Amino acid sequence: MTMQFNDETFRGDYTYHNSPAAVRRFPFPFDQDSYMYSVNIEQHPGGPKGTPFEKMFDVDEHYVAEMKDREITLAEDPLRCQSLPHMELAGWDLLELIMVSKARDYPDLFTLHRDGNAWHWINKPLGIEKKFTFLDPTTLPCGPMEYITRQTQGDFALLHERDNNLWMDAGMITSQADWSLDFDVGMNFFEWHAPVPKARKMGVFDKALKFLLAVGQGQHYRRLNWTMTVNPRLDTSPENYHKWGPEKRTITPENVGQKQFLRVELQTFFRLPRSNALAFPIRCYLANLEDIASQPKWGRRLHRVLRDIDPALAEYKGFAVNQEMIVDYLSKFDDGAPTSPGIFPDL
Amino acid sequence: MKLALKVTEVEQLSPLVKRFRFEDPTGASLPVFSGGAHITVEMPEGEIIRRNSYSLISDPYDGSAYEIAIRREDKGRGGSVYMHTKVSEGDEITVSAPANLFQLDLRARKHVLIAGGIGITPFLSQLKQLDMEQKPYELHYAARSREEAAGIKLLPQAAHVHVHISEEGARMDLGAILDGQPLGTHVYTCGPEGLIAAVADQAARLGWPKASVHSEAFTAPPPGEPFEVVIASTGETVHVKADQSLLEALEAAKVEIEYSCRGGGCGRCQTKVTACDGRILHNDHWLSEDERAAQKDIMPCMSRFKGTRLELDL
Repeated sequence: MTMQFNDETFRGDYTYHNSPAAVRRFPFPFDQDSYMYSVNIEQHPGGPKGTPFEKMFDVDEHYVAEMKDREITLAEDPLRCQSLPHMELAGWDLLELIMVSKARDYPDLFTLHRDGNAWHWINKPLGIEKKFTFLDPTTLPCGPMEYITRQTQGDFALLHERDNNLWMDAGMITSQADWSLDFDVGMNFFEWHAPVPKARKMGVFDKALKFLLAVGQGQHYRRLNWTMTVNPRLDTSPENYHKWGPEKRTITPENVGQKQFLRVELQTFFRLPRSNALAFPIRCYLANLEDIASQPKWGRRLHRVLRDIDPALAEYKGFAVNQEMIVDYLSKFDDGAPTSPGIFPDL
Repeated sequence: MKLALKVTEVEQLSPLVKRFRFEDPTGASLPVFSGGAHITVEMPEGEIIRRNSYSLISDPYDGSAYEIAIRREDKGRGGSVYMHTKVSEGDEITVSAPANLFQLDLRARKHVLIAGGIGITPFLSQLKQLDMEQKPYELHYAARSREEAAGIKLLPQAAHVHVHISEEGARMDLGAILDGQPLGTHVYTCGPEGLIAAVADQAARLGWPKASVHSEAFTAPPPGEPFEVVIASTGETVHVKADQSLLEALEAAKVEIEYSCRGGGCGRCQTKVTACDGRILHNDHWLSEDERAAQKDIMPCMSRFKGTRLELDL
């Protein structure tokens, strides 16, 4: 295997870390020095070589550790993975999409042999080898969505289309930015977005829903979203708020560069063929302020974005309490120089 | 996503209906799909490209080919006549990836499928999916005569597949079909508007929840008198020929516009009207009665115009 996987944790001693290469490929979400909502959608996959946009499902140095963290979260709270009965077919569609993509994009890590519905899957990083019958759930140890998402970085929501709306009827959600699948399961697009400030009034959701309903087979899209998290914790769920909420108060001017993380979600959209459902993978990337500031363009820009952001957004994204310390820290990296267009770091 | 395919079979199913089979020229597997999905077929003729959408009738989980069945409409815009007279085995044909505006609601405990005439087509793929998913269903297929009932050849002989031939006195009794169905049953209708309305009416009388009643009208854009529209952003005038839809005329004039079903059912091409001196001939199934009356919106895939000026927000 060509890829090296980090030995690291996302809880307790928080040994999560980015290699210099991982920092440089970090999906920095700001393409200008200010931020407001937009339906910032692009075709997926596609992007400079080595970036997380290049492949359908990005696999990086955190893969094995993230899957271990998911296992811990699921063992403590099985309701993080739910699939309403009519969504099993969408689960098979997702399993096919991921296995076919990963075997094609990472042939040294994953192998898939198919003979009709007799499938043979090999996942080298996780040491899994499995022969099963496609579309026959009795041949897997759990449902197809759970099976494949225990082996794939990122959260996954499967959306059922009916009545001109999308319904969150299945998901594997263990690395979420403070929302709960158990609360949202069965809700429609407007219901599960109800807590987002300002956006409904701006008409963002009407446009976004119209766009999503129009996503066709073979056309895949992505967008970036972001928030701020204290400590490199994947499981920032409402269920465990008592564990991570208080950690926000542990930030000091001395440790803010190491403990304050920019949390970026690479969200992708895929129309699934047999179920006509939409798959909505939400992949989480974490980089602390030190990592970000190691790229001069990003240090300057993040300072300006967080300094000038709408207070309602700082509140919603949960970092208002530490905003002053964050902005003070980042100001050291902002010499006032102009920044280049686009999200990628300068050479 | 467009697929360049080859016509591998053409079969006359009835005097007016032909079945077409399309395969990848290299033998590659085509994207599988969901029951009720359609593809849009490109029909280039001279300067214009007509595009009509047709329901897939083949096995949705089988990527070896797509099959559609087309009824020849001699009073239509020319798409079906083109397919019947110009397309033969060995020809190349360009189609879209499958899309679905008439999917099964897999939450249903039971599915009741009601087809009128050529409206049988989306159910042919749906019932294959229902068989594979092992869901209980019954299908009712109504046609005037056995000769016209092109779908009979494509249907399995089974106790839950019912053919109603009105000429033989076996008219479909919607009350009897819908009454007494188990709770959680969904009904799907495809056929003439009268049939769709009758099923919706009967279901409402029997207290069916609206969300359990689904329908798809299988219409292609109608021809009509030529007319002109003005593009608000550029001031350009676009001429719409008698056998062309407004959407096709806009495409020919390189005006960017979204679409999917091209049959007035999906809402994707809905366009704002910025000036209207005349009457919009609404032929879609998307706009409400109030929206039609207001003349502030038009569905270019289906609708036409009669009057002196129609300006579109494009």
